[in-house]
Amino acid sequence: MTDKPVSVKRARGKVHILDDRCKGCAFCVEFCPVKALALSLEFNKKGYHPPQAVKPDACTNCNLCFMYCPEFAIWSTKIGDKE
Amino acid sequence: MTTTQAHPIEYLLRMDRMPHIWCPGCGIGVTVNCFARALQDSKADLDKTVIVSGIGCTGRVAGYLKLDSFHTTHGRAIPFATGLKLANPELNVVVYSGDGDLTAIGGNHFIHAARRNIDMLVICVNNFTYGMTGGQLTPTTPYSAVASTAPYGSFEKTFSLPFLADSCGAVYVARWTTFHVRQLARCMAEAFTKRGFRFIEIISPCPTLYQRRNKLGDGLSFMKYLKESSECKDGADTRAVALDFQGKIIVGKFVDRDQPTWLDDMNRRYREKLGDKYEEYKGIK
Repeated sequence: MTDKPVSVKRARGKVHILDDRCKGCAFCVEFCPVKALALSLEFNKKGYHPPQAVKPDACTNCNLCFMYCPEFAIWSTKIGDKE
Repeated sequence: MTTTQAHPIEYLLRMDRMPHIWCPGCGIGVTVNCFARALQDSKADLDKTVIVSGIGCTGRVAGYLKLDSFHTTHGRAIPFATGLKLANPELNVVVYSGDGDLTAIGGNHFIHAARRNIDMLVICVNNFTYGMTGGQLTPTTPYSAVASTAPYGSFEKTFSLPFLADSCGAVYVARWTTFHVRQLARCMAEAFTKRGFRFIEIISPCPTLYQRRNKLGDGLSFMKYLKESSECKDGADTRAVALDFQGKIIVGKFVDRDQPTWLDDMNRRYREKLGDKYEEYKGIK
């Protein structure tokens, strides 16, 4: 047994949001596994509250937000790894 | 964090038709994401993939995807797709429609395409109601659910779609919900590569007509219900997967078998009867 801490490599992602496409269903906010998103207080062009990345560093580029978004308004891209 | 990049499936969508007509909280857009992901993952030849829809909210999918597509009359997506497949057997034909279109108005076609094992993938987005025409009762509306044509709650028996497809002879039957996006995308990609009548039912929210009338909250509340009440049972007996009003939902891949398709059977039969005189049918040239 060693006391060396196990380092796990984790992908890092960047969230992209097209605010004006959003209809505020909040699926992405609810189902983000790392809770990186929240609905913003701002209104978009249609009068809905789009999501915003409140914890952008938490994103692991799992792209569940992309899968859940019925409006094709959010996705993430990989920007490297984090220990 | 507004971005200037293009959405990863934008190249598969007809962006000139966006924004789409689906309500906030509707699940059809989620199924389109899964479908696009399945197209990417299975490396399907987009020039040989055809999508056919009937009428209804889900029927709009054919119009929004940048594939060869046809938006047929109400309920007639399967007969159109059958003709397409028989005229050009090289095509990978996908029928993408709703529960009202496929199992009520087109119910007869559905049964017979499954019986004949016509080589096509049928994706049925089941939101328990006729969305576009105003929330009428469909064959899948659960007992006691309120619809515009059932103000005191439905008292009809319902279709269990996986059981219907299985008993009619479909070779691949699965059910997922709009909550199970990863499983659904994987299932669609797997179904692409199979031959025969393949059927996938997707339980989806309809916040505007089904949930509002039944006081079930918005799209998100229904998604939470799908998350909490689903149980994955691959290979479950399709006789035991019927749905109740807000009851438990059994999801998974229920049936996966190999059977000769209608064209295989036709070629084999004619070959048997006519011998070498028969030239195998390979589509209209």
